[in-house]
Amino acid sequence: MNSHWNQQEGRGEGAPLPDPGREEKVRIIRMAQSVEAQALHRKKMRRVWTGIIIKTLIASVFAFLFLMPILLTFTNSFMSPSEISANYGQVFATTENGGKMFIARKVNLKFLPDMVTFRQYVTVLFRSPAYLIKFWNSVFYVVPIVVFQLAVASLAAYGFARYSGKKKAALFFSYIIIMLMPYQVTLVPNYLVASWMHILNTRWAIWLPGIFSPFAVYMLTKYMKRIPRSIYEAAEIDGADEWQIFTKICMPLCRSGLASIAILIFIDYWNMVEQPLILLSDQEMHPLSVFLSEINSGEISLAFAVAVIYMILPLLIFLYGEEYLIEGITYQGGIKE
Amino acid sequence: MSGRLKDFFSGSGKDYKFIKLPDLKKKAAALKEGAGHLKEEFRGKSFREAAMLILSRIGAFFEDSSESGYHTSRHSRISWLFILPSLIGVCLFFFIPFLVVIYYSFVNNPIQHHFVGLTNFIRVAGNSAFQLAAGNTLIFSFISVPLAVVLSLALAVMMDSRIPFRSTFRTIFLTPMMVPVASVILIWEVLFHYHGLVNDLTAVFGMAPIDWMKSPQAPIVIASLFQWKNLGYNMILFMAGLASIPRDILEVARLESASSLQIFLRIKLRYLSSTIVFVTIMSTINSFKVFREIYLMTGNYPYDTLYMLQHFMNNTFNSLDYQKLSAAAILMSLIMIAIIAVMFIAENRISRDLEY
Repeated sequence: MNSHWNQQEGRGEGAPLPDPGREEKVRIIRMAQSVEAQALHRKKMRRVWTGIIIKTLIASVFAFLFLMPILLTFTNSFMSPSEISANYGQVFATTENGGKMFIARKVNLKFLPDMVTFRQYVTVLFRSPAYLIKFWNSVFYVVPIVVFQLAVASLAAYGFARYSGKKKAALFFSYIIIMLMPYQVTLVPNYLVASWMHILNTRWAIWLPGIFSPFAVYMLTKYMKRIPRSIYEAAEIDGADEWQIFTKICMPLCRSGLASIAILIFIDYWNMVEQPLILLSDQEMHPLSVFLSEINSGEISLAFAVAVIYMILPLLIFLYGEEYLIEGITYQGGIKE
Repeated sequence: MSGRLKDFFSGSGKDYKFIKLPDLKKKAAALKEGAGHLKEEFRGKSFREAAMLILSRIGAFFEDSSESGYHTSRHSRISWLFILPSLIGVCLFFFIPFLVVIYYSFVNNPIQHHFVGLTNFIRVAGNSAFQLAAGNTLIFSFISVPLAVVLSLALAVMMDSRIPFRSTFRTIFLTPMMVPVASVILIWEVLFHYHGLVNDLTAVFGMAPIDWMKSPQAPIVIASLFQWKNLGYNMILFMAGLASIPRDILEVARLESASSLQIFLRIKLRYLSSTIVFVTIMSTINSFKVFREIYLMTGNYPYDTLYMLQHFMNNTFNSLDYQKLSAAAILMSLIMIAIIAVMFIAENRISRDLEY
């Protein structure tokens, strides 16, 4: 618009006469432009804002859907047994227990209990030891696996990451293949070995395959490969031997990587169902994950409390180490390479 | 130690008359020489260094001749030593038994060892339970995996744009990953009960209530649980992928007045191709794990449409039919390898000319 005006102005005969209204015209045009620009800007901003609002709304809906099951489990764990059976009796009732209490025909999904009671927790923690035993079973399976898998894997990962060669690349590839195999495949070899070693139905049947799982090796190798070679070389020149380089330089640099991988291993084994079902025939040794599904209808009011106790540990770890978890997932995807 | 060894080899020899003496003498001499060498090498070295040296000798077994670069073979040997503990464990618990599994799949039974060719595989493939399980698993994966990829990508794109409380949303979306399945199945059972909330909702649209877990639609229940659990994990992967796209390329595209849809389709999606492949592979693996959810909700014998491969394996484990187990495991690993190979080849094709 501006250039158009100038052209018209320049078309006058000879030198352009000083236009008395020129200042005024420029002012008006500037104003018009700014109004137009403002309108445009406003329109754009409105679009941006509606976009943000819509996105936030969608995200909120998703967030609600994602949190709801957890919150429900949590709030329902404070319900009294009679309230549970009144609300959910239909779901969990069996023929022999169903008739004893009043059962609503409708299943009432309730967010807040009518009366908050800690009785379930007291029962689970102090009166009914079966749940606590299973909880500790879970802990006893997971902790050694996390610790020793990391120990074995950090050694191996150092070996893989520090020097490379064709044989090593091939071996690493086969580790990846094992890692990607579903349980349906890996459990058969694991079962065979466990029966040869006569460790079926003992904790070792869970521990040993877990400790030597290639997952942490793969993750840590990727992590260690990102440590610049020059750091190792500097240490070498200073006369450090391999063990010193490993313990004094490599390990401290991998601290956050170790934390994130530890979290990933932890969730995997805290959640395990397949391995105990096949490798452990004795129900007493099952972790809480399997035991929770075997809760009978008489104790259904305890189920929510046990569920909360079961998920509180991973949730605490998550709250404490969310950044590590995200870093770990990102590394798994190899995006940062 | 060497003294006792010396006694053993060069001693009176009364007990070892049947062994030829010259050989023994030679061996003893060689050993002495070796010991001397070792002693020389160990002189003035700390215990740890000495231990490293001995271990590096053992590591020589794995020496990698193709090792390139300036590293000496000693370095290579030591690096194999670091791998050794893991290698032993992996060999013991995965490689060797897997070879045995392959062997079992070709013999008639573990006692007679008659080679029977592909009979076991044919038997497994013809088994109606296996067909049902494989079909259900494949259908579940084919529906759930693409859905998981699309949904989590959409969430990630949304989270990548300007949006308030981003980190809070991220935390919330990731939380289900940390929650054990066993803890939330109760809620799913309540939601999808015949008199439950989901049936109330579908009733609004005039649909007749169904007993979800005992109907052909049962996989939908499990699929919703699967998405709930895995979306956050996939979303984090996609968010990282989006963050790794070079900013200048996006800026150039914007200057050239490309629409945001064009930018997404032509640039972001192509840069995300490797992430998409990874998410697809991980989701496929995770979709093979839904047995967990199904078992916790319905036990060992679920409704027909929920009978998965792991159920088949569990039931075969109960009868301890090694041939069937082995053949099934190998069939599954072949399918898995095929899926992964196809994904990687596709990814290679797509991202060949990408620049970072």
